[in-house]
This record gives sequence, C-alpha cells and structure tokens, in this order.
Amino acid sequence: MDFLSEHQPEILPGNRQLPPTQGVIEAPHGTTIVGVTFPGGVVLAGDRRATMGNVIAQRDIEKVFPADEYSAVGIAGTAGLAVEMVKLFQLELEHFEKVEGAQLSLEGKANRLSTMIRSNLGMAMQGLAVVPLFAGFDVDRDKGRIFSYDVTGGRSEEHNFAATGSGSIFARGAMKKLYRDDLSEDEATTLVVQALYDAADDDSATGGPDVARRIYPIVTVITEDGFRRLTEDESSEIARSILQRRLEQPDGPRAALL
Amino acid sequence: MSTPFYVSPQQAMADRAEYARKGIARGRSLVVLQYADGIVFVGENPSRALHKFSEIYDRIGFAAAGKYNEYENLRIGGVRYADLRGYTYDRDDVTARGLANVYAQTLGTIFSSAAEKPYEVELVVAEVGETPEGDQIYRLPHDGSIVDEHGSVAVGGNAEQISGYLDQRHQDGMSLAGALELAVQALSRDTNGSEREIPAERLEVAVLDRTRPQKRKFKRIVGRQLGRLLEAGGATTEAESSEEE
Repeated sequence: MDFLSEHQPEILPGNRQLPPTQGVIEAPHGTTIVGVTFPGGVVLAGDRRATMGNVIAQRDIEKVFPADEYSAVGIAGTAGLAVEMVKLFQLELEHFEKVEGAQLSLEGKANRLSTMIRSNLGMAMQGLAVVPLFAGFDVDRDKGRIFSYDVTGGRSEEHNFAATGSGSIFARGAMKKLYRDDLSEDEATTLVVQALYDAADDDSATGGPDVARRIYPIVTVITEDGFRRLTEDESSEIARSILQRRLEQPDGPRAALL
Repeated sequence: MSTPFYVSPQQAMADRAEYARKGIARGRSLVVLQYADGIVFVGENPSRALHKFSEIYDRIGFAAAGKYNEYENLRIGGVRYADLRGYTYDRDDVTARGLANVYAQTLGTIFSSAAEKPYEVELVVAEVGETPEGDQIYRLPHDGSIVDEHGSVAVGGNAEQISGYLDQRHQDGMSLAGALELAVQALSRDTNGSEREIPAERLEVAVLDRTRPQKRKFKRIVGRQLGRLLEAGGATTEAESSEEE
C-alpha cells in the first residue's frame, strides 16, 4: 500500500474524490458475519443476502474471503467498497510475502486491515461504511484468533466467538447459549450456521439458508492446515440437519435454565 | 594522471560488457530445466537467508546470478510490477513476456548509461503454462537483451560448460527427480572437468508446478522433501545403468 500511495495513489480506495451529495446514498449493505474459535482453529461464516433499503439486491453475494493461506476476512457494510478493500488487502499480504520471503504475523495482518478501514473513514461518514471481522490461525501461538473492528479501524481481539453486521446482535445471543470451549471442527461449523439462522430469523437484512435455490451461508475453516471453504455439499448437509430439527423446534436448540 | 585518452564508444561498451561478464562468472551457477510437470530451478547456495530463486507471480518465477544486491533490486521491482499489473487489470494479464520486456528495458538503460556501472547480473524469468508447450523461459544477460530458451539453461559461473552438458542430456517430459539429478550433476562439474559433491544443505531448489491446485505455482523444495527427491533421482540413475549392463 505504501508503494501504491507513492506511485499510483489514485487506485487506492481511500483516495477517490467524491462528488458532494445530499444525504445518504442507498447502497447495498446489511449482513451477519460470525466467527467462532475451537481447539485447533477458527471458523468464519457469513450469510448471502445483499439489501438495498427494503429490496433484496442479491441472494448469493459472497462476504467471506480468504486473505491468505492462514486468514480470512468477512465483511459487513457497503458491498462494492468492501470487496475492493478485500482485494487490496489480499494483494498487500501477498506482496509482503513475496518481497520479504516470509508471511506477516497474524497481528501484523490485523494491523494492516485496521489501517485500511481507517483510510475509509471519510466515505464511512457519508454512509458507505465497511466493517470487517478478521479471523486467522496464528502459527506462532498455534491457535485460532478473531479480531473485530469498528468503523474507524479500531481493532479488538475477540475471544471464543464474535459477530458483526446488522444481524450480529441476534447471532451473538444465540452463540452465547450454544458455545463451548471444547467444540470439534464439525460442531463449530454447525454452531455458526445456527447463529446465522437465528440472525436471519430476526434481521431482514440477513438471509437464511435457501434450500430451494441451494444457496447456503459461506462457511470457512482455518487450521494449521490452512484456509478451507466448505463445499456446497458440506454446507447443505449442515443446513439440512439444522432445518430438520427446526421443523420440530423452530427456535432452535434449547439451553438448560441453570 | 594526465588528460584522459579518447576511448571509442565501441571500446567503452566492450569494456563494460567484459566487466559485467567477469562479475557474473565469479558467482555460482544456476540451472533452469523443464520437466514433465513444470519448470525446476537448481543452484548451489549455502545461504539459508539469501535466495537465488523467487516467486514473482502465480505462474512466474525469477532466478538470477551475479551480484546479490543488484539482482535483489530487480527482483523486488519485478514483484511490484507484477502485483500492480495484476491488481490494476487481472491476474491473468501478468505474463513473463511482459516482465522480461521490463527487465530488458531496465538492464539496457543501465548498461548504456555511462554514468552508472553495468549491473553484474544475469536473469532468468520463467512462466509455467497449462501444458509443456505453454512453458516459457527467458534469459536476460547483463546488457538488456532477451533470449528465448527451451528445455534447459544455465547462467552464472561456468555457464557455457554446464549448458553444453545439459543440452546433451536433457529430455522433454523428465520426472522431477530425474531433472533434479541432471541439474546437480551438471552443477558439480568444475571448470577443469572434475566433479565434486554438492550436499543437499548447499542446494537451493524451487519449482513452478503446473499440477499444484493453488493459483500460485511456485514452491521451494527443502528439507526432507528435497532429500527424498535426491534419493529418488539417484535410484533412477542406478536403475538405468544396471539396465545398460
């Protein structure tokens, strides 16, 4: 990014000149992104809906991307800007790795994402915000870690689980009751889909699994073996088993009272 | 010193070329070979930290002989060029040909300008294709020319001798183990024709492997994997020589 700002600053998202506008632009936004750590790694998942006001702009938008071999970014906010930012972030990580001959530390990557979000603050204040959830496998500490950001780029590490986006409040409520610290990878992937289901249940800007069209949440897993995105078969399997039980208990698994 | 003598441009250029060639010949040789699944880079490099071979982009690798700090500069410039081009347009729009052209321009300018000393470097830029016919290898000598190479190429050190040895023995469609073994044999031939042992710890090996599922095809081969490949190569030669008997 430093090289770009010296030689071709006009490509950087933060440097675009905006025409003066009256009020907020209606651009696609609204989402739930969910992250969960488990022994051995971390799961990052996101729903597939993009809304423009009350209209569903896209049913199968992708909001979770690999940043590099050991990390992923899930984005809430203005879709177009967010995707561009992810592209630049991926480029930055790859570029560093090639020039230096070694990968950035996970903290380093989280830091760079911070700076990128901060540079977008001008546009965020005009209503075009981008707010990510960053998850990765820390090879030095041998565990999965999650970082959340606010719109100014302020970063905080989340433990156990985290969510961002318009449906994050509902997702977090669900995970509060379902999370355990000894989840297997399969249980963790099921947990995130449960949380996304609950978010879609209460937030119109978050989409639940669309079995008829075979559009399922994007579920990604990062362990010491690297980044992996669940195939459509794997996600549909999880979605189906959840839906089957929801037919009996629509509100999902019940937790004990005490 | 009295007033400088007149030096004809021809002579000046010849001197500069001689200077650069000597510098490159002082360094260690490296070898770039095509094999069945892609392109392999092999060189003698005792250093763990300083590399002769590097990744430039998805299908493009870089190899250099000569002065380290000079080719490091070129390497980083190449990575910047590739990343910028891929980001501005698309990843598929980054080609070894484009990169080789940029290097040729840079080296040519440095070589022609009387103000700077010529770079004592010789580069190889290689791109692995979907099929062996799509593989490309470009050799860039110190003066900014480009040479299209096929099959095998050696640069640095006693490159001519090693090239000759390789030309006789290289075949299309070799296995990685076979290509690696041929490369090590070629590199271990000294200028006076005798052979020396190059142990695995002193070898730097990297491949552009078209069968890799990832987009980025460049991979370094080190440690146990390198050891296993060297053993496999040795076994192949023994099998061949026992067949001949």
